[in-house]
Amino acid sequence: MATMASNRIPPAPVEDPTNKAFFDGCREGKLLIGRCLDTGKPFFYPRGISPFTLSTNVRLEPSKGEGVIYSWSIQRGKDPYCLAYVTLDEGVTMMTNIVDCDLDTIRCGQRVRLVWKPSDGGPPLPMFTPV
Amino acid sequence: MTNAFIVGAFEHPTRKADDKSTAQLHAEVAYGALQDAGLSVDDIDGYLCAGDAPGMGGLSMVEHLNLRKLRYIDTTETGGSSYVIHVGHAAEMIKAGKCNICLITLAGRPRAEGMQTGTAVRSAGSGVPDEPFEIPYGRTIATMHAMVAQRHMYEFGTTSEQLAWVKVAASHHAQYNPHAMLPKVVTVEDVLNSPMIADPLHRLDCCVISDGGGALIVAREEIARQLKRPLVKIRGWGEAIKHQMAGQVDLTWSASVQSGKIAFEMAGCKPSDIKYASIYDSFTISVIIQLEDLGFCEKGQGGKFVADGNLISGVGKLPFNTDGGGLCNNHPANRGGMTKVIEAVRQARGEAHPAVQVKDHSLVLANGKGGSLCTRHGCGTVILEAL
Repeated sequence: MATMASNRIPPAPVEDPTNKAFFDGCREGKLLIGRCLDTGKPFFYPRGISPFTLSTNVRLEPSKGEGVIYSWSIQRGKDPYCLAYVTLDEGVTMMTNIVDCDLDTIRCGQRVRLVWKPSDGGPPLPMFTPV
Repeated sequence: MTNAFIVGAFEHPTRKADDKSTAQLHAEVAYGALQDAGLSVDDIDGYLCAGDAPGMGGLSMVEHLNLRKLRYIDTTETGGSSYVIHVGHAAEMIKAGKCNICLITLAGRPRAEGMQTGTAVRSAGSGVPDEPFEIPYGRTIATMHAMVAQRHMYEFGTTSEQLAWVKVAASHHAQYNPHAMLPKVVTVEDVLNSPMIADPLHRLDCCVISDGGGALIVAREEIARQLKRPLVKIRGWGEAIKHQMAGQVDLTWSASVQSGKIAFEMAGCKPSDIKYASIYDSFTISVIIQLEDLGFCEKGQGGKFVADGNLISGVGKLPFNTDGGGLCNNHPANRGGMTKVIEAVRQARGEAHPAVQVKDHSLVLANGKGGSLCTRHGCGTVILEAL
């Protein structure tokens, strides 16, 4: 029996002066990840300092928006939805939702691609759907 | 090794506190632990509590309990594991000569307040930097721990039946506890037939929501030896934190890898020396991860380890949570670390229910995990010796 992902509208993320650049990217349809310019390493969630050196020598870079499901679960109830960790091809893992699919077919290791979904009064949010 | 002993322990009998405030529960468990130890309130010169205590840090509770001789206060907050870590901190401050007798309290009433602990999206407050990247996606305590289970199944072949055995073992113990919320013995089939909450976790893979609390008293050896209770020495302890590591998420292990290693090194013993273990059981998967991380079995073999009653007292090799644990007995204030230590103390004293008391209780362990195994959490391990 198939369980279609609900049309749950997520609440808007709380924006602050530091994370605003990431969510402005979402408004432009760009999924941004952090890059530490001291070490060259990517990081997520994006922040105003490098999580490797704590220096502010960081920048935001667009992700290609492709990756694999690292793990997932479905919150059962009236409007079931899938919480997941997706590992982007750039090498960082982010929390997200898997959408636009039969929830009962979701598996670890599955390839997924980025889709944008509206939030309740905030920027569109990056989610993923099976390729 | 420390020179500190757990001299008092008390678990509140209530499971639904409609008629008591959180501060009242803190006070009642403090009194219970003092009575158990044979001490009085003015003997206390150290106080430890965590985020369940009303007020700024410990200030309001110190006033409410009218503690007037404090030389040490500690409000380390790692969620449900806080109280396990507090035992270690108290032991260290006693060893350093900063204080002599520490009181640790926990209490709360989420059940009376109608809290949806596991299936509602909860915020830790304003300005939390990770939350804008998580809360919109509807992360709940249940789905986050379910993701840990899902990955464990994917990497190691762990099954729902194996997870269920953790609950089955807890229920076998709970039948002897008159205060347990779920005293009925259940089977693997019962667990698998209970409603799916967050794939792959069924309702019976989840701990209960309960009110109540508990308290512990830690004292230096000279004092412990003057009291009339069985001697329970804090032989080793450790604490550690794990998080998402800036996007390098790995759900196959917990901070218990480090907290356990530190505790075993301090105690000078190994997992096979432990005769009883209290293991934080917010969910069945939590227990499997911690057992592996503490070294009771190889990584990935936790499912096989817990199967076929291996955690049942008198049946298996490692009796665990003989009070019924969070899965069947209680989970006061959504924080199970305190009751993990309390049952370990009962076992070390030889005062657990006769049907579940381990015969050789010379070395016991209590392990706590607080926060989310999926995102960020703190673990505390204590190893206790019965002298």
